Parts: sequence; structure tokens; C-alpha cells
Amino acid sequence: MIANKVVLRFASSLVGQPIIYHLVKEYDLVINILKADINPHQEGYVVLELSGDSENYNRGLKYLRDIGVEVEPLSGTIAWNRDRCLQCGACTSFCPVGALQLTRPEMEVRFEESKCIVCKSCLDVCMARAVEVRF
Amino acid sequence: MAIEKTYEEINARIKRGEAVVVTAEEIIEIVAEKGVEQAAREVDVVTTGTFGTMCSSGVFLNFGHTKPRIKMNKVYLNGVPAYGGIAAVDAYLGATALPESDPENRVYPGRFLYGGGHVIEDLVAGKPVKLEATGYGTDCYPRRRIETWITLSHINDAILFNPRNAYQNYSVAVNLSNRTIYTYMGVLKPNLGNASFSTSGQLSPLMNDPYYKTIGVGTRIFLGGGIGYVAWHGTQHNPCVPRGENGVPLTGAGTLALIGDLKQMKPEWLRGTSYLGYGASLAVGVGIPIPILNEEILLYTTVKDEDLYATIQDYSSDYPNREGSNLGRVSYAELRSGKITVMGKEVPTTPLSSYLKAREIAEILKEWIRSGSFLLTEPVQLLPSVDSGIALKGLEEKKNNG
Ligand code: SF4
Ligand code: SF4
Repeated sequence: MIANKVVLRFASSLVGQPIIYHLVKEYDLVINILKADINPHQEGYVVLELSGDSENYNRGLKYLRDIGVEVEPLSGTIAWNRDRCLQCGACTSFCPVGALQLTRPEMEVRFEESKCIVCKSCLDVCMARAVEVRF
Repeated sequence: MAIEKTYEEINARIKRGEAVVVTAEEIIEIVAEKGVEQAAREVDVVTTGTFGTMCSSGVFLNFGHTKPRIKMNKVYLNGVPAYGGIAAVDAYLGATALPESDPENRVYPGRFLYGGGHVIEDLVAGKPVKLEATGYGTDCYPRRRIETWITLSHINDAILFNPRNAYQNYSVAVNLSNRTIYTYMGVLKPNLGNASFSTSGQLSPLMNDPYYKTIGVGTRIFLGGGIGYVAWHGTQHNPCVPRGENGVPLTGAGTLALIGDLKQMKPEWLRGTSYLGYGASLAVGVGIPIPILNEEILLYTTVKDEDLYATIQDYSSDYPNREGSNLGRVSYAELRSGKITVMGKEVPTTPLSSYLKAREIAEILKEWIRSGSFLLTEPVQLLPSVDSGIALKGLEEKKNNG
């Protein structure tokens, strides 16, 4: 038995395909969808809690990778340090899900943890080291 | 009748607490509502602001003399080298200096977590900073080595002197190649994945005084949360570039050299920064007041993001190879909207300087002036402008000294 939280990311061509259905039906996995969305570039992402026996689990992951889905374990949470943040907004153009967002017209940077999929795209682009992963 | 005000008249109103001070954002509405003439009569000062990384920054330090004395030759602050080639216990710490132990880009892209800009931030925050210095020993300065801790309040002098800040305008950076590149304009994704830009547009100081009619040598300003002055035109000051109908340059143009006492500045407005794959630097907060001496000067302060343009440049090949070509122009309104179109493709924009903080600086400066604690200064000398004939020079490689 394996149970893990994973992030799936896939290109727009796969949006609309019954991927989750296949995982349940053909690999007998128990799935708990934690977050799902399609970002402005039409890429899909889903955060799942995935459990099943280890053979099915691994076959399920292989199926996902074979059809071109990026699968990564969800690890840690993102902490945004408001005091260190320079409010530039650079990170917001790298965040695929709008968890780090620039409000308009105020031009204020805000972080909504509930949207964050811990993809870590924002970490390296922040010149102030205001975003960190916490485990 | 044409409106003419003098610095003395405006300062007299500031001292009486009667001056009308508004930000470069607010003036746009006011003029739209009241017209130029009435606005010029009523408004005394327009405040501007900008907050972003400005690499050409640093601080002159005087540590005080050791007993026995040392003539410092090599100087390190928290491991970051400062320039010691001036008098015995003076040094200049540059914002982009890196510790010798930094792996730089040997592990690419380097992280540059701590550099000169971070030391400056730590000093301003009042943190103890480790000073290590060596000298070669002379009859008057026999000591050869010192290792100690300093804090900002316990050293004689710390004078922020930034040779080039507050660029009048700046390029929009994109990446036409098929790999991610790491630049001083941030991370640029391949194939036009994003477009970085860095000025505060309609709030930016030199956008509001395009011909340098009021901002000159000696202008008192907001610098790093304290008071500073324009020391000179900045290095690479380049006023004779193409300009729009409103007089504002369409590319990088004027720059300012700024000076001020670090001891009265605040860490909130002087922040060490680390650019992946590029280096360490310093984010500096600058705010400049513009006295409304007449209608012409007022009119310059009414520029809007819609009417301010920046030139798009490829940073994968054109910029590094010093090719002059560009990929067109976009307005700051488009840049701030979150996406622009480049070569027919929709590209998300990456802001590098904070519009929110720029506005905050303009507001703080407004309050300083309103409360009577900040008086305006008339420049003792104007900056070179469009009639200066300045043309930026490149550096050519020569095989001999002929
Ligand atoms: S890790 Fe950063 S970029 Fe990724 S979703 Fe969270 S906030 Fe956005
Ligand atoms: S890149 Fe860093 S400093 Fe800039 S807004 Fe994002 S978290 Fe703040």
C-alpha cells in the first residue's frame, strides 16, 4: 500500500482527457483531489492524494508519464515572508496558478497559500529571497 | 497671466504649512479636472518615487583609527571585499561585491546570496558586521592586521554614494533563444516566455522632469528612507537619445549620482538583492520632489503610463553582443497590465521594480514636505540636457596605445 501527495502538470492538449477516470478504473487507485486548475497558459495542474497497492500505484504513475504528464511529489509548503518581500511582482509572472498575484490597479503582491501547488517556480526568481520552502 | 513661482516662495509656503503637495499619480487627475493653469497656480510640489535594484551603488566608510594604527590595504566586511585604495581607514563598499568564497557562476546559475548590497542592508539595520583588514606596515601605520566587529553607529562616517541611480527609462528584456537565461533583468524564459521591465513609469523621477529643468546638482531628495542629494549627473548619463512628443526618452537616458548619510537611512529602503545567475546588488528607494515653478514644468509631471514607452531588447544575443537592434516599443500601461505583444506573441510581463513601493515613497516625501520638515533646494548646477551633445562611448579593444 502506497499513499502520496503528488502534483500533476500537463499541456493543454491533455486538458479535457479523462485521466483521473483511467487512474481509478484501470489502476484501482483511490484518489482525493486536493486542488485543480488550468492556468492562463492553458496548462493543467492537479494536486492529488493517490493511494493503492504499490504495483498499481507504480503502473498508474507510468501511465501518466507515458501520456506526457509531469508527476512530482508534493513536498513542503511555501512560506512567503511579507517583510522581506520588495513588492516587485517578479514572482507573479512565474507562478502557474496565481498563488502569488499582483492586484491591479494597486499593484500589490499577495500570496494565497491555498492556491499554491509547491511547484517552486517562484523560489529562484525572487531577488529578495522572500519565498522559502518549509518542510 | 503665466504662472511663475520661485523656490523661495514655495519654501515659504512649506514653512507656513500651506504648501499643496501631491504625487505624480495624483497630479494626472488634478490637471484633468482643473486644467493646467489652475493646477499650476494651486499645486506647489509634485513628488515622485522609485524602488528597485540599482547596481551602481555603494558606501564610503571611515572606520576610525586602530591603536596602534593600520593603513588598510585589503578590507573585508562580513567577508565581502571593499576597496581600500584610499586613505588609511577609509574604504568603499560596492553593492555588487562578492565574497571570494562565493562560487559565482561555477555552479550555474549561481545564487549570490550575500554581497555588498546585503552588507549595506545589515549595516543600516544596525547589525554588527565583521571587519577584517590587512596592511603592509609603515613607520606611521605599523599594524598589519585587524579583525573586529563594527556597527553603523560606532564608525565615524558612512556616506552612501551611488554613481548611477534612477535611470530615466529602461529597456524591456526578452529572450529569443531556446534556453532560460539569467540576467540582471531577472530570469528570462526561452522563446519569449516573459518580458522584464524595471521603471516606475509615471511615478519615476526623471520621467516627470524629462529635460532636467528642476532636478540638478544639489537637489534634496528621499534616499534610502532618509535625506540625500543629487551629487552630479550619473555615469552613462545620456540625454541625447530619441524622445517622444512629451519629451520623455524612449530608451535609457538620463541618470543621477546620489549621495546621503547612511546613518539616517532605513533598511526597508536599502535592501540587498540576489539575482540568480547574475549577482548580488542593492535595491534603493529614491524619491524626488518637483517644484511647480510654471505651467511647463507642471505639464511634464502629468505624463501617464499610456504615453510612456520602453524599447524591447533581446537579452539572449543582441544585448550581450552590444547590437543596437530592438524589437519595438510598448507603453508602461501595457507593461503594467501583465502582458504585452512581441513579434505577434502574447508575453507575460515581469516587473522588477515595485510600483507599490514607488507610490509609498512619493507619499512619504509628500508628508515630509507637507509637515514642513523637508524644504526644496534650487540646483546649484543643471544636468547636461539635450543640447549637451553627449554621445555614449563603447570600449574598443586595441593592440597598442596608438
Ligand atoms: S510554489 Fe510559488 S510559483 Fe509555485 S504555485 Fe506556489 S507560489 Fe506559485
Ligand atoms: S519576487 Fe520576491 S520580492 Fe518580488 S514580489 Fe515576489 S516575493 Fe516579493
